[in-house]
Amino acid sequence: MKLITAIIKPFKLDDVKSALKDAGVVGITVTEVKGFGRQGGHTETYRGTEYQIDFVPKVKLEIVVDDGAADSVVDVVVASAATGKIGDGKVWVTPVEGITRIRTGEQGVDAI
Amino acid sequence: MFAKQSVRTFLPSEGVRDPRSPTRKLKPPMENGDLAWVLASAALVMFMTPGLAFFYGGMDRSRNVLNMLMMNFWCLLVMPLLWVIIGFTLAQSGDGGINNWIGNLDAVFLNDIGIADDNGGAIATIAFLGMFATITPALISGAVADRMKFSAWAIFAPVWMLLVFVPVFRWVYAGWLGDRGSIDFAGGTAIHVNAGIAALAAVMVLGKRKGWPQEGHPPHSMPLVMIGTGILWFGWFGFNAGSALGANGQAAQAFMNTFLAAAAAGLSWCIVEKIRDGHFTNLGAASGIVAGLVAITPAAGFVSGMGPIAIGLIAGVICCFAVGLKSKLGYDDALDVVGVHFVGGLVGSVLIGFFASPDFFGGDFGEGLFYGGNAELLFEQILANVVAIIYSFVVTFGIMYLLKVTIGVRVDEETETTGLDLAEHSENAYHESAA
Repeated sequence: MKLITAIIKPFKLDDVKSALKDAGVVGITVTEVKGFGRQGGHTETYRGTEYQIDFVPKVKLEIVVDDGAADSVVDVVVASAATGKIGDGKVWVTPVEGITRIRTGEQGVDAI
Repeated sequence: MFAKQSVRTFLPSEGVRDPRSPTRKLKPPMENGDLAWVLASAALVMFMTPGLAFFYGGMDRSRNVLNMLMMNFWCLLVMPLLWVIIGFTLAQSGDGGINNWIGNLDAVFLNDIGIADDNGGAIATIAFLGMFATITPALISGAVADRMKFSAWAIFAPVWMLLVFVPVFRWVYAGWLGDRGSIDFAGGTAIHVNAGIAALAAVMVLGKRKGWPQEGHPPHSMPLVMIGTGILWFGWFGFNAGSALGANGQAAQAFMNTFLAAAAAGLSWCIVEKIRDGHFTNLGAASGIVAGLVAITPAAGFVSGMGPIAIGLIAGVICCFAVGLKSKLGYDDALDVVGVHFVGGLVGSVLIGFFASPDFFGGDFGEGLFYGGNAELLFEQILANVVAIIYSFVVTFGIMYLLKVTIGVRVDEETETTGLDLAEHSENAYHESAA
């Protein structure tokens, strides 16, 4: 099994969620995060003083999938989250050692 | 020539000074209409202390917002009691001689002040004035934000009210400064210049925040700031128009002046920011509004026509630039109490020397330079403010210094970094689930 982690622009969440559902993904976890890559932050001005805000708000998605599905799910995320402008985010894949469904005790692929 | 502002005593039998004319007294019993307006105004002014709390709190960091609110609400808890026990009598009782400097104890615990003879006028006015005694020390909280020990504030605020607010109030309204002829309708000198310069003294003893001025933090909640601003403007109608101590023409004009000066100052501040920084900002509008309200406070019952608009426009511009002084001069006035209240109050108080229009009011206070007067009124305005500034600065510095060398006035470094709300109050304003 694989854990797919994606950092995306917050306003793209609906698009990505719909695309994932259409692709057959049954569960995702979403967290509000902040960070920066090459995008850099922005400035805000209060009483004439500029404040440099380095971090940019993003949304993190975590999806556990079967090994075979990982590549196509990554493609779905990339396609639905992209705007072509700087700050679109990143997706990465890590292995999952084990997974259990809490209600039934099912493990492994049956728990996805 | 103009009449000197006479001493205003407040025992019910003698009557309170008629704000339309420094030499006339209002005769008890207070008429129903006047009483209703004074009571309503007292409630409006009370609302300003929470309004101030939100105004400052929104500008502050989220980890310190509850500390800011607590400093202000503490004033609401302590000052009313202190005012009726001893503050009022020192501020208003007695007449002449030593009482030109400080009152006697005739009205301690509101002794002998009933409602039977004057339709409640005395009680209503004492309550009204008590709201001023509450908010004036609270103004200082904005300057000492983010680093003052609450136990030190808890002592500082009431001590300051008695040792600084009361004497200056006395000199302006029932003592030697008013006697000389300076005028201050609702407390430009007595409240804003007073608290504003006290804020400077306080932060000079307290010291700069860690990392200031390099590290800065933007307001954590601009919506809260705007809520506070709205409440302050609303309440200020009571602060200014209520200071007419009656439902009369002067109150109506003071109301209008409050309306116009706030709008004009908010506008001019916004325009300066747009030209200088490139945007119209909420904080600029809010700050301008407050600067205008501060500036019109001393002048509210003495100016008319386009005077309040001019005062607002001028105050907005001057204060917009004044708030930048702190980093140049090196004092960490966290939320710009000095730049807005001290400077705004001074501007308004001095502009009285130009814009006072006694003919409009049928009053016999001095004429401003633009209304046919000579420079006498202007001189008295400047003198009154200089006196208040020196006294307030020195005594405030002394109070803070004494606290510093006894119980200490600053939180420890770790608390300053992680925030005061949890350490000082065991409270957390926002329980956020996400990062």
